[in-house]
Amino acid sequence: MKAVITVTGKDTKGIIAKVSSRCADFGANIIDISQSVLKEYFAMIMLVEIDELSISFGQFVDELKLLGEQNGLLIQAMHEDIFNSMHRI
Amino acid sequence: MLDTKDILETINMIREEHLDVRTITMGISLLDCQTGSNKETCRRIYDKITKCAEKLVETGCEIEKEYGIPIINKRVSVTPISIVGGSGSSDDYVEIAKTLDRAADSIGINFLGGFSALVHKGITANDRCLLEAIPEALALTEKVCSSVNVGTTRSGINMDAVKICGENIKKLAYLTRENNSIGCAKHVIFANVPEDNPFMAGAFHGVGEPETVINVGVSGPGVVRSALERAEDCDFSGLADIIKKTAFKVTRMGQLVAVEASKRLGVPFGIVDLSLAPTPEVGDSVAHILEAMGLESCGAPGTTAALAMLNDAVKKGGSMASSHVGGLSGAFIPVSEDRGMIDAVTRGSLTLEKLEAMTCVCSVGLDMIAIPGDTSAETISGIIADEAAIGMINSKTTAVRLIPAYGKKVGDSVEFGGLLGYAPIIPVNKYSCEKFINRGGRIPAPIHSLKN
Repeated sequence: MKAVITVTGKDTKGIIAKVSSRCADFGANIIDISQSVLKEYFAMIMLVEIDELSISFGQFVDELKLLGEQNGLLIQAMHEDIFNSMHRI
Repeated sequence: MLDTKDILETINMIREEHLDVRTITMGISLLDCQTGSNKETCRRIYDKITKCAEKLVETGCEIEKEYGIPIINKRVSVTPISIVGGSGSSDDYVEIAKTLDRAADSIGINFLGGFSALVHKGITANDRCLLEAIPEALALTEKVCSSVNVGTTRSGINMDAVKICGENIKKLAYLTRENNSIGCAKHVIFANVPEDNPFMAGAFHGVGEPETVINVGVSGPGVVRSALERAEDCDFSGLADIIKKTAFKVTRMGQLVAVEASKRLGVPFGIVDLSLAPTPEVGDSVAHILEAMGLESCGAPGTTAALAMLNDAVKKGGSMASSHVGGLSGAFIPVSEDRGMIDAVTRGSLTLEKLEAMTCVCSVGLDMIAIPGDTSAETISGIIADEAAIGMINSKTTAVRLIPAYGKKVGDSVEFGGLLGYAPIIPVNKYSCEKFINRGGRIPAPIHSLKN
């Protein structure tokens, strides 16, 4: 199973490092990252594998949200099925 | 691999355009709760609801978190209580309503539907007790919703029931006068009522339904409006295509949530209701969709045609996206719950008569409309009869949820709060229908009911 993590907010140094190290902490394996900075605005979409998470996916969602709040970012993890069901027939 | 554009589209729909699942509603059969003693019946009802729906709210919240899609309401619908009760006293039915309210509190849901009677052809002794109990039951409870089916295409319209319903609405408005007659917002009068509708206040669990079932109601007026606004100058075929594609995407999400909830709760999946259900939030209005099609204000000539196209395109797109579609499925046009409708009534472009015309082509009926407090019971019954006739002749569901706001007149407005919103008082035709309503009896079923 995979999840999509979206990170948005004001650009600062080390955003990717913080998010990816938190993913590693909980056993989420990063498959793909796409990232861009428009003016001062940072946006990243990350695809991660969540089969071997050390916590429940619900807790993982909370952990990332908290990390976002601590760093002035909006971080949301969503199960990939919502995108698959909406955009794949 | 997922496409970045698709990911951003979904996230934008949720964050900016108010896309949500409006309700996960668990239907619960209470047929096995009937006993000879009302006290025992109440005990069984409470136990069954709290046992079956124990994990409903928790599961809804889990799904909401994991998929990142807001699920606004978690609710329960039950077997029409007129069938479940049966002691022959209206006081006993009030006791059952209080029991339902306690059960709803205990499992943490915001509304429970099914304090209902199906009287489209005739009124049983128990139905009569329930009808008598409705004003008091809804005034004394907070979360219980009630509905009455007064007509069907197959059986005609029960005008005796229509008369009682008009009187009940007046009583209910009086009993809840301290709170802007809010009791009336929990009471709907139907024709051709569906038995699997997940939306309140008209939800109940039909007798043809399984023991328990999960029905899901989607929403998404904001998503449709934004898509239409992006399209700018296309013709009607183009507009219909955009609506169909959007409805498809919205419904796929509803289907996902419904199947997931059904799996986690171990309860069969019933239907997805493809409805555009507005809220008073800015950007979540059905009226604004009609305006995005090119109307200066909802209610202007062309409004009925616009709504007809919208309603049809929503069904066409949505029906391909779900394995079972049911409930009301279409566009809702409640006044107090829709910012665009409220504004249209306030500026005088939307009238009760135009709303009635719109109900011929939308999914439900005259919904959440505040009328002057001095409107007579007979006039309310007349409005119900008109609406039921539209449903009966056109083989569609119609409904009436009017609030004759006690002590208020045209020019005033009433505030209900939350998803129920607020409404300016709309003028009602002053001429009397008293003699017509007091005739009693049944309006015969139309010729096209003879389909066998």
